[in-house]
Amino acid sequence: MIYARGLVKRFGDFTAVDGIDLEVAPGEAFGFLGPNGAGKSSTMRMISCVSLPTAGELRILGMDPARDGTRIRGRLGVCPQLDTLDPDLNVRENLTTYARYFGISRAEARRRADELLEFARLTEKAASPVEPLSGGMKRRLTIARALVNEPDLVLLDEPTTGLDPQARHLLWERLFRLKQRGTTLVLTTHYMDEAEQLCDRLVVMDGGRIVAEGSPRSLIETYSTPEVVELRFGLEELDGYAGKLEGIGERLDVLPDRILLYAPDGDGAAAEVHRRGVNPSSVLVRRSSLEDVFLHLTGRTLVD
Amino acid sequence: MVTAMVTARLSPGRVGAVMGRNVDALRSGPSYLLVLVSGFFEPVLYLLSIGVGVGSLVGDLTVDGRTLSYAQFVAPAMLAVSAMSGALAETTFNFFFKLKYAKVFDAILATPVRPVEIAFGELGWAMVRGSMYTGAFLVVMTALGLVEPVWALAALPAALLTGLAFGAAGMAVSTLMRGWQDFDLLSTGQFALFLFSGTFSPVRDYPAALEWVVHATPLYHAVELVRALAIGAPGWGQLVNAGYLAAMAVAGLWFAARRVDRKLCV
Ligand SMILES: Nc1ncnc2c1ncn2[C@@H]1O[C@H](COP(=O)(O)OP(=O)(O)O)[C@@H](O)[C@H]1O
Ligand SMILES: [Mg+2]
Repeated sequence: MIYARGLVKRFGDFTAVDGIDLEVAPGEAFGFLGPNGAGKSSTMRMISCVSLPTAGELRILGMDPARDGTRIRGRLGVCPQLDTLDPDLNVRENLTTYARYFGISRAEARRRADELLEFARLTEKAASPVEPLSGGMKRRLTIARALVNEPDLVLLDEPTTGLDPQARHLLWERLFRLKQRGTTLVLTTHYMDEAEQLCDRLVVMDGGRIVAEGSPRSLIETYSTPEVVELRFGLEELDGYAGKLEGIGERLDVLPDRILLYAPDGDGAAAEVHRRGVNPSSVLVRRSSLEDVFLHLTGRTLVD
Repeated sequence: MVTAMVTARLSPGRVGAVMGRNVDALRSGPSYLLVLVSGFFEPVLYLLSIGVGVGSLVGDLTVDGRTLSYAQFVAPAMLAVSAMSGALAETTFNFFFKLKYAKVFDAILATPVRPVEIAFGELGWAMVRGSMYTGAFLVVMTALGLVEPVWALAALPAALLTGLAFGAAGMAVSTLMRGWQDFDLLSTGQFALFLFSGTFSPVRDYPAALEWVVHATPLYHAVELVRALAIGAPGWGQLVNAGYLAAMAVAGLWFAARRVDRKLCV
């Protein structure tokens, strides 16, 4: 579906995407994980064939975006990072009018619009203007709109950023359904839980480069330990404790507000902390997540 | 040649879809309809107040050896003005809003539609709107006895060409606008054209220096073309007028399509 080698995007002398290689297979749910400014959207825009690569090789659905942009876009569904719903049209027209850009007949557009309104749980809002919709509804409408041409490949740029937990879960559930139908999904996110929920395989991006690649599970196994102990210490200086904790578990990270201990056995590590006479104000033992992978790879937390 | 290449690959369906979007928008918004109707009345009011009102003070004048009432002289100019403003209203304010604020074109460019198809579709829609003004205005002119019905029909394509030229140029200018404040400049320019394009008095009555400036500006050519046809006295000079407007339309379209591409496809 997607093949990229040495893909580069520059804006003036600034390099937003710095030579990445990618392959996405049909039916796969593929994710770009990375902080703001990592180059995720720039990459997505190149894949959507709205922006041409500065350098490198890119093939989408076996075609060249520079030559066959129109044909490729006809088979893609794009949900951009910022909603671009048409404010002059109501909810339903946002689907039917959009379908027309793909050369879909009016009758067929109406049929698909009804189906997609159902899918996005917006049937009651069909005649409403777009403006008063909640963020979650707008996002669902944008995703429904991306499906109006029955795309082979769906691109979602931060589908749930800025939504409340309930709206996110509803969206995830809808995206999961798409995935089950065999639609190829490519999404970007800076939420670990989202990547873990939805992606079969993902790349971690930072500073325009891919720093790691694999399934969520394999990334966690490779770059982290099964469990993590989070220690918090009131308002005190954390660096002092770091020395005392040296050697517990496999690794240790000092963050501004907490210390993380990476250990195969979290409870054992926590017990060792107490044995050494260190008394944190709170101790949390949890399973390792992609967040830890990211921290390890880049030395930074993902969402500040 | 570039334009020929571009046109060869245009999809009428996609251009139509871009125009259709504006029809849908019109249906959804009653306030928009109001703007549309008011756009028709403005030149009619000018015609009545200046053409008929001032005309009663001014008396007749002679153009190309024909004696015309002042209203007959002013009416074709108002027709050209209405074609200009109708097209401009669409390709400046509305186009700019869709380009910069509503992100309508960003959304469209993620579909098979190409920038040049957006430019053609938007201009096509401006023409639909403009021709409604033009048609209605010609009916008023005919009803007031200011034009022979046959020559009204002849003036129609001239007015449409006027809309095409100004619509394309307006769209091109809109892609250069930084914000709404720049539109004040545009309105001022439009008003200057409105006053000094041989609209209210023959250009030969202007000071010589100004006359040459006027000859270079677009509304002058539109007024000359439309007036010559409306009063039933077209000559070779009208080919120059028509050529000027056609060139303006092509250049405007080409530039606008290029700018949309440069601005949004980065
Ligand atoms: N059109 C543009 N012009 C200049 N710089 C840009 C443009 N788009 C993105 N950038 C820059 O490229 C970098 C990567 O941006 P982006 O791809 O949006 O990252 P992400 O989606 O991962 O947050 C950022 O530093 C951003 O400021
Ligand atoms: Mg982004």
